[in-house]
Amino acid sequence: MDVELLEIRQHMAQFPPFDSLSDERLDDVAGHVEVSYFKAGTVILALDQEVHELCYIRSGAVEVYRRNGDLYNRLGEGDIFGQFSLLRNHRVRFPASALEDTLIYFIPEAVFRRLCEADEHFADFVELGRPRLEAAVEDQKKSNDMMITRVRKLLSRYPVMVEATTTVQEAARQIGAAQASAALVLDAVGEHPRYSFTDSEERAWEMCGILTDSDFRTRVVAEGLPPDTPVGQLVGKPPITIQSDESVHEAMLTMLRNNIHHLPVLYRRRPVGIVHLSDIIRYETHSSLYLVSNIFNQSSAAGLAKLEPDVRAAFVRMVEEGANSQMVGSALSTIGRSFTRRLLELAEQELGPPPVPYCFMANGSMARNEQSIVTDQDNALVLSDDFDPERHDAYFLALAQRVSDGLHACGYTYCKGGVMATNPKWRQPLSVWRDYFRDWIDDPTPERLLHSSIFFDLDSVYGEEDYVEQLQDLVAGKAAKSPLFLAAMARNALNRTPPLGFFRTFVMEKDGKHNNSINLKRRGTAPLIDLIRVHALACGSRAQNSFDRLDDIGNTQLLAPGVGDKLRYALELIAMSRIRHQVIDLQQDREPDNNIEPENVADSERHNLKDAFQALSNAQKFLKYRYPLPSRSR
Amino acid sequence: MPILRRSSHVAAPGWPEYLEQRASESRSALLSRYFAAGVPAADTPIGEVEMVALDLETTGLDTRRHAIVSVGAVPFTLARVRLAERRYWVVRPPRPLSSQSVIFHHITHSEVAEAPDLERILPELLELMAGRLAVVHFRHIERPFLDTAVKARLGEGLRFPVIDTMSLEARRHRLSPWARFRRWLRRPPVSIRLHDSRLRYGLPAYQGHHALIDALATAELLQAQIATHYRRETPIGELWS
Repeated sequence: MDVELLEIRQHMAQFPPFDSLSDERLDDVAGHVEVSYFKAGTVILALDQEVHELCYIRSGAVEVYRRNGDLYNRLGEGDIFGQFSLLRNHRVRFPASALEDTLIYFIPEAVFRRLCEADEHFADFVELGRPRLEAAVEDQKKSNDMMITRVRKLLSRYPVMVEATTTVQEAARQIGAAQASAALVLDAVGEHPRYSFTDSEERAWEMCGILTDSDFRTRVVAEGLPPDTPVGQLVGKPPITIQSDESVHEAMLTMLRNNIHHLPVLYRRRPVGIVHLSDIIRYETHSSLYLVSNIFNQSSAAGLAKLEPDVRAAFVRMVEEGANSQMVGSALSTIGRSFTRRLLELAEQELGPPPVPYCFMANGSMARNEQSIVTDQDNALVLSDDFDPERHDAYFLALAQRVSDGLHACGYTYCKGGVMATNPKWRQPLSVWRDYFRDWIDDPTPERLLHSSIFFDLDSVYGEEDYVEQLQDLVAGKAAKSPLFLAAMARNALNRTPPLGFFRTFVMEKDGKHNNSINLKRRGTAPLIDLIRVHALACGSRAQNSFDRLDDIGNTQLLAPGVGDKLRYALELIAMSRIRHQVIDLQQDREPDNNIEPENVADSERHNLKDAFQALSNAQKFLKYRYPLPSRSR
Repeated sequence: MPILRRSSHVAAPGWPEYLEQRASESRSALLSRYFAAGVPAADTPIGEVEMVALDLETTGLDTRRHAIVSVGAVPFTLARVRLAERRYWVVRPPRPLSSQSVIFHHITHSEVAEAPDLERILPELLELMAGRLAVVHFRHIERPFLDTAVKARLGEGLRFPVIDTMSLEARRHRLSPWARFRRWLRRPPVSIRLHDSRLRYGLPAYQGHHALIDALATAELLQAQIATHYRRETPIGELWS
């Protein structure tokens, strides 16, 4: 190690991509730098100037511009610029000026080339071809077992299958002989062609149900049925299933959502096995599963409220075990839904059965399955059209009040915007809800939509799922055909912008202001989600989850190739950053929030976040252009 | 020998002439070569001048009792400090090193024991300095120590023009009317040490007392001083002494 250059190499060693270079390579860089001082306001790289050096900011701050003079980026200590020109034609494409008094280390091209050839990480970092944003997300994924393990890996044997005419006694014997705990019931192809398949002997079957251990207890023995009862009499409808190439995580969620313990696994349409809850628990050591069953075992709202620390503990464990933002988001949403459902069940026990059918609707993050540990409640009631306010509203108000108060006690604070079923405006029959949505879509202004955009993330939690599905259909059918509505939604999606720059100790805003913390939800995930929602509405997607929406958008020509993936990476990165900082808050006994302070952000994370913000900023510019306000004559 | 004016405000006439004269008189081929390379004329713009930042680490401040331990040199211009052309030597002082200065300089006894005498590095040092305007921070170390050391070895002294970044700072912070006013108010004087001066220009804090790093730090400081208080066109005669 070259002691004389310690000063230079130690500085570079703190910042990517130099932080991962070997000592030898770092000495090579440090030994060849040329140094120059730039007074604030002076030009460092002029447009179209020829360059043969990479620029490293030793101290100060630099502004980088686009060709047209727009600000492109602000860079600080440890950042590099000029690499794009070096990799292309040696002409400056993005001119740079000193924003503060700045000391630049120039790294000669020969050294730069040596590094690119010898060090893959360095090449990845500087090359346009593989932005570090993507590389970072891929690295995260690699370490995440649950998400990539396919559910088929959990299968150890083929399922026991019996024909509908088999007696329960014979079925019980076969299940016992196979040491299984369930059997699939097959019938001739008929009512449910979706569940038909051809077995290995070319015979066509239809799966009409599943028979489990507990069915023998509750439906046969307890009911006093004779042993020669055909099993076809016991099963009602085809079971909920999962495809064999889905993740273990998805299987877990399917069980949680449907409160079932056996899940038939299909390869295309053919059953290849049955996964039991215990199979997953063997994989999934943390206790979000137990937590959910614990939620359903509570007999009072007070008991539910006591589970809040358990929710937080499950959250921390999940993140520590390498869950990604989708896993965390859907697990927390499942937990939130379970709380809501249990509160509704308890309320119904107390208030009696509902006078007319209803659906309890989730909006916002719960509907998107993207809930975080810091969240408020957004919900509404969609009632049957038989609803008569005079006679029925007292019941539903009481129901809504119990749920809302209960959720608040469990840590889901009241919605500041009043998007709760306790609000009479959001406790309405289906026909009124249809009118609401029609009105929003047919007669939109950005102002009117500002407070109602949350309803464009909607999903049922409990009750008549069909009601909310009808509303989803209505939105999916109408929104894409209303340029005015899309333009208004797009306009609102631009209200919140990402910060431009991100320095060691402060956040640089577009207007040059400094802040010492940044709200990752308001400045990152929320505007990204808004933006994805607009595109999803434009392509008629029924998906609610942002990643699912990106899948749907990806099947259209709405976005240029690769842009959807960039947004996916950006969302995952910002969301994960927010989640990790919330875990740190919890571990240090602080109330978690959505803020991060730049000085608490690791260098590589800061660089990745900057890239993610840049992707968001670019996408916002495109949004404005893609959904212009149509000129209308009135 | 012409009389050299010490005032830093006024161009010191005669440096090119002085070097020319020494080149013809010197009996040492080494020195003669160095002087013959000369220095640019006093009216040359600073932006066009090739410079070399010099820093010596010594065992003390007194040329009679103390000696040079290491020499750092970095060639540079206003546009670029060329680190790849840096030179750094540890040299063995004729007098033994006290343990205090060992700690001070991060140079160990064994390093010094194995180091050559200054005479061995003089050809390389003089070649690097030849034709380049020397830049130092606090000229009352570098110039007298080199002068004394060279005189002891070659029989004649080494004198040369320097830009002293410390005296450029002193002009602003010690000699200006504002500085006098501060002194009259008995405010503590602004520090013009290398480290403190650099911070005023937003230059990073380097770890001091390494001859090479201090030479680099001095070169950067001059770039900052010129960018802030002077121009590329400023004649070197206004800056050297």
